Amino acid sequence: MAKLGDLARLIRSKNAGPFQLTFDVMFDDDQVYRKVLEAKVLTKPIFASLYQVQEKDVLFFEHDAARAIKITIPRPCVQCDPDDGDAYGGQQHSPLVELEVPD
Amino acid sequence: MKEARVLSATGMLGSGFMETSFERGVSLSPHVIACDAGSTDGGPAHLGMGQPYFSKEATKRDLLLMMKGRDRLDIPMIVGSCGFAGGDQGVDWMRDIVLELAREQGFKFRLALIRSEQTKEYLKQRYREGRILPLDPAPSLSEEVIDRSAHIVAVMGHEPIVAAIEGGAQIVLAGRATDTSLFAAVPLMMGVGAGPAWHAAKTLECGTAATVQRKRPDSIFAWVREDHFDVEPMDMDARCSPQSVASHTLYENADPFLIAEPDGIIDSTASRYDALNDRAVRVSGSRFRKNDRITIKLEGAELVGHQSVIFAGVREPFILRQLDEWLSAMQAKFAVRVQELFNGSVGPEDYRIRVRVYGRDGVMGKLEPRVAEIGHEVGLLFTITTARQETSRAIAKTFSHFALHFPIPEWRGLISGLAFPLTPPELDKGPVYRFSLNHVVLPENPFEMFRTEYLEV
Repeated sequence: MAKLGDLARLIRSKNAGPFQLTFDVMFDDDQVYRKVLEAKVLTKPIFASLYQVQEKDVLFFEHDAARAIKITIPRPCVQCDPDDGDAYGGQQHSPLVELEVPD
Repeated sequence: MKEARVLSATGMLGSGFMETSFERGVSLSPHVIACDAGSTDGGPAHLGMGQPYFSKEATKRDLLLMMKGRDRLDIPMIVGSCGFAGGDQGVDWMRDIVLELAREQGFKFRLALIRSEQTKEYLKQRYREGRILPLDPAPSLSEEVIDRSAHIVAVMGHEPIVAAIEGGAQIVLAGRATDTSLFAAVPLMMGVGAGPAWHAAKTLECGTAATVQRKRPDSIFAWVREDHFDVEPMDMDARCSPQSVASHTLYENADPFLIAEPDGIIDSTASRYDALNDRAVRVSGSRFRKNDRITIKLEGAELVGHQSVIFAGVREPFILRQLDEWLSAMQAKFAVRVQELFNGSVGPEDYRIRVRVYGRDGVMGKLEPRVAEIGHEVGLLFTITTARQETSRAIAKTFSHFALHFPIPEWRGLISGLAFPLTPPELDKGPVYRFSLNHVVLPENPFEMFRTEYLEV
């Protein structure tokens, strides 16, 4: 069983403006990209439960030309609000790195 | 066949680019040199305080090379979101550097300054007319929020920039602007396809971010035509691939296929990405869907308070195993001390002490799934926020001493439970701000929120 972090070219999180947080999971290889999609290890409901948001607030995209899965949610705290600890939103993706993808 | 050639100097003015790359771009006869200089990514403080992100030295170095290239080719040069937040102070700051370079180098040009800061009267009027709408998600808006905001900027589209160039401007220094508008303005004026012009602009705005492995911020170039554009990085060792260019639609965007501009939407749903060679990519099929109304986005910064901070480490296993209890007992007891300290004039609602535990959930906070795991040491970041810096500092000074010796039941005798790497342990952070708006205005036209001034240099 491989981890998503071992299969992806890049997993990252980032602000999409001060009020949204976006996650990009990108693959080098089309076959691996398809395999991850088919394995359904990263879906709207799975993401919603990992990041404690309602499913209706999760934007989920499959971008075939980029071989990427992209997910956007409202920022858990607005960027730089007193409880926000990640001004650029760049260190919120680690739970995705650990996701297990069946062989 | 119409062709607009666009040179993007770098992803953000002041982040640098290689002189050789930029020179190569200039040798390809661009119709415009453009560069973005700002973002909300660094947080609301830059807008709140009117402070730039990069140093004057770094900004001046990049501007010098761009102005030299512009002078040689006699083409427009556009810089947007001047001074990072794009407030009036940012435009003035950039103007002064450009004027200094003009004096030093003997450059002559017509300069346009486009200011995008908004008056409270204008915004309150539009608010009362119901012509300010929330984006999703947005904080709640009221006239008080407008009044409380230190600075509010509007994000311009290409229209005021096009008007300035039509007004004879050879250098345009714009306040807050969409990154894309800076790169789309001249191609749109030249009448190439709007879809390719906007999608090319999105690809260029971050400099070499659209390359396969970005080694450093650098120059990138696009040839924009009727139904496609070609893009290529200017460093011969860098390359774009179909995937790297497609991937750039993901960067910092909520939606990779649809990007909102004031007058429409860049739609890359049907875009095709084909390699021209191993370094350049052709993108076709991009569309621009014009809206029937103009929406201008607002960005505002509101002062939260003045902050002092304390950083400390904890290694003691007995403290670590009861860390939360220790910290909350410390806060509860300290509340009494604050009342003594200010003789009741600083109430419980007038100050806030927050603590962030690095080594446990400092980065992800309540979203941290591994919150139960704690290492053999943690870092504690305390932030003390009140309305006045003097009050925050006074609380911080007493708190650091109080916290240092706060007891635990296991040890009998005076302990020192915090390891301070810095002394004095408390630092003045200064004013802190929050983003107060995520809204759009429905103006009469794309120009009314922006003021253009021309200078003959």
